Amino acid sequence: MATEPLAPVRLNRAILTKRLVAKLDREAVVAGIGNTNWDLFGAGHRPENFYMLGSMGLACPIALGVALAQPERGVIALEGDGSILMSLGCLATIGKIAPRNLTIIVWDNGLYQITGKQPTATAGSTDIVAVAKAAGIPNAQWVRTEAHFDQLLSRRFADDGPLFLAAKIDDKPGPVQTPRDPALIRNRFMKGLGVGNAGALD
Amino acid sequence: MTWSEAFLQVLKDNDVRLAAYVPDNVLTPLLTGITSDNYFRSVCATREDEAIGVVAGAWMGGLRSVVMMQTSGFALIANALASLTVPSQIPCVMVISERGTMGEFNVGQHLVARTMRPVLDTLGIAHHTLTDEATMPFIVDRSIKQAFMTQASVAFILSPLLTGGNPAGNAKLKSAG
Repeated sequence: MATEPLAPVRLNRAILTKRLVAKLDREAVVAGIGNTNWDLFGAGHRPENFYMLGSMGLACPIALGVALAQPERGVIALEGDGSILMSLGCLATIGKIAPRNLTIIVWDNGLYQITGKQPTATAGSTDIVAVAKAAGIPNAQWVRTEAHFDQLLSRRFADDGPLFLAAKIDDKPGPVQTPRDPALIRNRFMKGLGVGNAGALD
Repeated sequence: MTWSEAFLQVLKDNDVRLAAYVPDNVLTPLLTGITSDNYFRSVCATREDEAIGVVAGAWMGGLRSVVMMQTSGFALIANALASLTVPSQIPCVMVISERGTMGEFNVGQHLVARTMRPVLDTLGIAHHTLTDEATMPFIVDRSIKQAFMTQASVAFILSPLLTGGNPAGNAKLKSAG
């Protein structure tokens, strides 16, 4: 069976996240639990960042909601492999709706890293890019190198539908942790998105 | 005006423009009304917690929205409520068609329905069981306004007294009688 080979090199989530953030302007970023959002925070806080402290697997649905609410703003969902495996159905929903302002990036270390490095299905049998394609997101690709990541990112929001990227990464944990104050995080995110009176008391 | 038309009118009166849902028999008139009306955007989700995520994101992005599900679907969303919407103070308006009571034929539905109100109470989420067309618009209108003004979620439980219940169940009751 002819399948696309997996990415040949293991990249690093913190380095790739920094490269992503360096390219962003006013785009919203919704980052899944644990190392995914710690490395986003570590790359330098932006007002348009939403850091999840629970609800594992909901980064893509939350990002879809933001994308529908603000169709002129680019929205990026960051998830780990364990998180996206918990909610594969959302890829079918996103494939069906096909919002052109949504990009999904999956950091795939093949591990439930934070719970003790138990292997996930993507460590062996499951190809998450193939899953995304089959779910209805044809513009889905493996990131092969840091330069390739930059190149793929430069095409985000350029096509008709959403973009799905996945990178095989190493098992290095995030060096810093996000402050755990969900109401504050939500308020600052809404202020970053220019919504309501979230900045009224600044 | 049917109960579902009256309900949708209250959503419009409150600028609720997005519905995320997992389909259900009793909800069908609401869902048909939403998907056939350009006023609304709709997202048919694969799971109810996915729908909660969508409306949470939409609200943070400035779009008022509602989640619709069946009783059994509510049993899937405790984590999304407890670790996302409640601590983040994201008002989530939930419409839940009530199975498990007044003629339920499926024991699984009966048991899962008994978990719903205790979970809502435990999380401090206001809930209203809607039983008649006369009081329903007032309850829904005021409670949606309260939810958005206080950034607190609300659940509307659609009783068989309002909706007539599940048509499949009604057919079974007839043959049982």
